[in-house]
Amino acid sequence: MKGKPNPHLYGVMAQFDNPSALVAAARETYEAGYRQINGYSPFPIEELWEAIGFKRTALPIIVLIGGIVGGLGGFFMQYWMEVIDYPINVGGKPFNSWPAFIPITFECTVLVAAFSAVLGMLALNKLPQPYHPVFNAPNFALATRDSFFLVIESKDPKFDHDEAVRFLRTLEPREVIDVEL
Amino acid sequence: MDERHDELHSSVHATHPVVGTELTFGSVTDKISAIVLKRKTPISWFIGFAVSFALFQLMMLAITKLLFVGIGMWGVNVPVAWGMDILNFVWWIGIGHAGTLISAILLLLRQKWRTSINRFAEAMTLFAVAQAGMYPIMHLGRPWLAYWLFPYPNTMGIWPQFRSPLMWDVFAVSTYATVSAVFWFVGLIPDFATLRDRAKSKTFQMIYGMLAMGWRGSARHWHRYEMAYLLLAGLATPLVLSVHTIVSFDFAVGIIPGWHATIFPPYFVAGAIYAGFAMVLLLTIPLRKLFGLESFITMRHMHNMAKIMLATGLIVFYGYLMEAFFGWYSGNQYEQFMIWNRMHGPYAVYYWALIFCNGLTPQLLWFKKIRSNLLVLWVICIVVSIGMWLERFVIVVTSLHRDYLPSSWGMYSPSQWDWSMFIGTIGFFFALLFLFIRFLPMISIFEMRTILPEAEVEE
Repeated sequence: MKGKPNPHLYGVMAQFDNPSALVAAARETYEAGYRQINGYSPFPIEELWEAIGFKRTALPIIVLIGGIVGGLGGFFMQYWMEVIDYPINVGGKPFNSWPAFIPITFECTVLVAAFSAVLGMLALNKLPQPYHPVFNAPNFALATRDSFFLVIESKDPKFDHDEAVRFLRTLEPREVIDVEL
Repeated sequence: MDERHDELHSSVHATHPVVGTELTFGSVTDKISAIVLKRKTPISWFIGFAVSFALFQLMMLAITKLLFVGIGMWGVNVPVAWGMDILNFVWWIGIGHAGTLISAILLLLRQKWRTSINRFAEAMTLFAVAQAGMYPIMHLGRPWLAYWLFPYPNTMGIWPQFRSPLMWDVFAVSTYATVSAVFWFVGLIPDFATLRDRAKSKTFQMIYGMLAMGWRGSARHWHRYEMAYLLLAGLATPLVLSVHTIVSFDFAVGIIPGWHATIFPPYFVAGAIYAGFAMVLLLTIPLRKLFGLESFITMRHMHNMAKIMLATGLIVFYGYLMEAFFGWYSGNQYEQFMIWNRMHGPYAVYYWALIFCNGLTPQLLWFKKIRSNLLVLWVICIVVSIGMWLERFVIVVTSLHRDYLPSSWGMYSPSQWDWSMFIGTIGFFFALLFLFIRFLPMISIFEMRTILPEAEVEE
């Protein structure tokens, strides 16, 4: 029998005591066909994001584009200022004395690429985000200490509350709770 | 042979592990966050902060006077127009380099031991660069027009002179300061979340909560976070090498004997790392004692840092020898005179003190006994810091005071205001560090968790 869908439910959450249990559970959940799942841990666990089927991020491309924009921008800023807008003869050097422009071109490349990395990471992660439903879970403060969580979100096409709870219980978590929106 | 080597290797690792074996996720978190949140602030903190804050006031006084009367109050004049101001700039920025080396280069080299010192070393970088940045600005004569250094559309219709190393310096130092700051902040985000969840007072929950920006340790977030961190490390690595290279161009592009040398970039970079590690050790040795962090910052760290100091110290010493060799081998009378003058001229005592501090003293680090004795190590670090200051003194002052024409020879002695400014920046540096260790986790909590044995995922 299908349970009545609760519109205020974000998902169901299972709590684990160690990273191995969380990774194993995440893998089984993914294999059981759930796709809208997420793990929460106090430190990065490479196996975990692979287990929930999250493998690719656009971040390297964003940083590459940032670096190219910074490099070209840095060079042509100098070129435009020194060659086109206000050419001035310094010690008989050519207006476009490109080797002298390289250090600043390099610095601009790094600067824009670094900003792309930080802002890109925050934007893709949708941070800053002051409110998120998982913070409603009573034990969730431990996710930044020594506890590990797995969530099956209610937006998963396969999601059925009672079924999801029953499934998570089979993974031997410390406890399973509902997370309200 | 290989087996023996392995055995030897593992015995060193067993006696000096990267992290204390008794630690768990919980105890690491509690112990580091307690320094910020729970533990009573030690009385030595108040004393240290008060002293450094008082010295900081000396800097404020020196700057205030400077704004009124100009740089005539310093000892600089033709021919030595670059005095303590520039040498202190180079000294401070060099110190900063160790932080980036630890946080970026050692990360790329997968050196796990960096984990417990990187946060602290990055903070040191940031504060050292802040001191460094002040000097060239104060040296401008009209510091309130410092923004003229940046290319912005202005009513004069002119642009900066991009062919000058001094302009490169502006971009290098400001990029370095900015990238170091964001790298540091990104590293702090998960720890802000930890502090937010541990803090008892509403105010601190709010402050750390805002800084954490809603970090919740989601696996998707961690993945992008790790990627961003790795990319930042990859970007910071060439950046840090470029910064001191460009600082050395300030000299090497000039045609003064003693400055115009191709060896400057690598030897400046090595010197920066050398000075920086000396400062990291200088600060960590008392701090780990004061806050009981021996299981986080172990003897392994002390040995490794001492070895890096030894290696970079040897490169620096090689630089000194080559400077002397080039001077002699060039056959150029000005170059030959420059090196003769360094060794026998009016500032010879500075030169020989430099050789003692940076050439001879680090040789003690060959011995394991000395690397294991923290007091001796600490004293060596002070000697090295003084040595690096002397190095810049020798480069800046002795090169300028005897240039091509004997009619324009002169002497340089720093005025009381030069010293006030220098001592003042030391005070400012320490005041910032004291605030840092009181309000932010000085060891990266989340990275410490990753190197614990229980973090290993068993399949």
